[in-house]
Amino acid sequence: MGQDSKIRVLVAKPGLDGHERGAHVVAYGLRDEGFEVIYTGLRQTPEQIVSAAVQEDVDVIGLSILSGAHLTLTKKVMAGLKAKGANDILVTVGGVIPEEDKKTLEEMGVGGVFTSGSKIKDIAAFIRTKIGGNA
Amino acid sequence: MEEKLALMIEAAGENSERALAKLISHVEDRKTGWKDIMKTIYAKTGRTCVIGVTGSPGAGKSSLVGEFAKRLGDRGYTIGIIAVDPSSPFSGGAVLGDRIRMRDISTYQNIFIRSMATRGMLGGLCQAARDVVRIMDFAGKDIVIIETVGVGQDEIEVVSAADYVMLVTYPGGGDSVQAIKAGVMEIGDLFVVNKCDREGADIIVSEISAMLDLSTETAAKIPPVIKTSAFTKEGIDELMDILSEFIQKKKKGPHYQKDHVRQEVISILETEMVSIIKERITGNGNMEKELELILSGKSDPYSIADKLMKRFTVIKNVEEKRKGDFQ
Repeated sequence: MGQDSKIRVLVAKPGLDGHERGAHVVAYGLRDEGFEVIYTGLRQTPEQIVSAAVQEDVDVIGLSILSGAHLTLTKKVMAGLKAKGANDILVTVGGVIPEEDKKTLEEMGVGGVFTSGSKIKDIAAFIRTKIGGNA
Repeated sequence: MEEKLALMIEAAGENSERALAKLISHVEDRKTGWKDIMKTIYAKTGRTCVIGVTGSPGAGKSSLVGEFAKRLGDRGYTIGIIAVDPSSPFSGGAVLGDRIRMRDISTYQNIFIRSMATRGMLGGLCQAARDVVRIMDFAGKDIVIIETVGVGQDEIEVVSAADYVMLVTYPGGGDSVQAIKAGVMEIGDLFVVNKCDREGADIIVSEISAMLDLSTETAAKIPPVIKTSAFTKEGIDELMDILSEFIQKKKKGPHYQKDHVRQEVISILETEMVSIIKERITGNGNMEKELELILSGKSDPYSIADKLMKRFTVIKNVEEKRKGDFQ
């Protein structure tokens, strides 16, 4: 039987903001691009996100943050992944991210930042380039 | 076997979540060596209790699974959960959202949740899901819960491979009983009317009971019908008692049953046949010329299928002969 590999993406909303629309748009958009998207819902702790990413063996994590707490939350997720030996997973951040914070996020190890106005096609292309494989 | 795979198997057997997750992906993706993995671990499997949960969409299966998995987890069992959701037939992608309903248990050390897309595998879903169950079994999970939407033959087949099958329905939507009537009544060991805090639960219970009474089974074998609510927690204790009884029984029983083993060999063969047909008979443009014959009225689908089958048998015979020559 042939290879049936799929790119798996975890779309997660850490922290306390309840603005889910962006995460939904990305989740369904990436599905239409052929990815397998695991969506975990609102108000996830960094521990829950790390645990889900490891168990689901995702290739990519997309954090959607609109609360302003992106630096703190992303830092915790990155640390959690490292502790579990899963820091090879590509982490991307989306939502309301001020321009001046992008560099700080990248220094933490974030692979890409996609703020509002980003095109699904671009996100999908970015993931495909970084990960390779079918989807 | 590749050393990398052997190490992955070893680590998964020693409780590494990451290795377990990687092993599952490797087998689910049918990557090179997947079958070797399954052959290697098989002897160490068969101990886990497999609980299948299916039912109409929106019946609250994920919430219910979340609730009873949590309680089983609190009792000290290690648990694997496989949540199957459909892939989009158009893009091949999927949104897998069962974890949303299982957030309470998502950080339990002894609970491992894996979402799985159906991937449009022709009859292959059942085997792939069985394989994932088995890997979790090998990794030492006491209980594996597999949840599918009870729509479509594939999904029903998946749960029917479980040791214990729970059919979940709910009051609301006149088709809730219809949905479980369609060919799945027979496989249920337990019927659960979930969301029983809603009006009409008792009517559903009596409808199901009446249907079960009509079947030819003897009274002793008629499966129980219970009411639960993952929201108010009503009926969950009763559900736990029933599940505990099954878990104890399974522990004492044989690892594998002949019927299940037979089904599995057939299922593996079917999956392989389908891929052979795809790769060698209908793939690579082999069939295109024949289709033209049908369209131009010179032949028909039945004759063409016969012809292709015959051609395949001829190829196979030649191959067998060559193999013999080499030996």
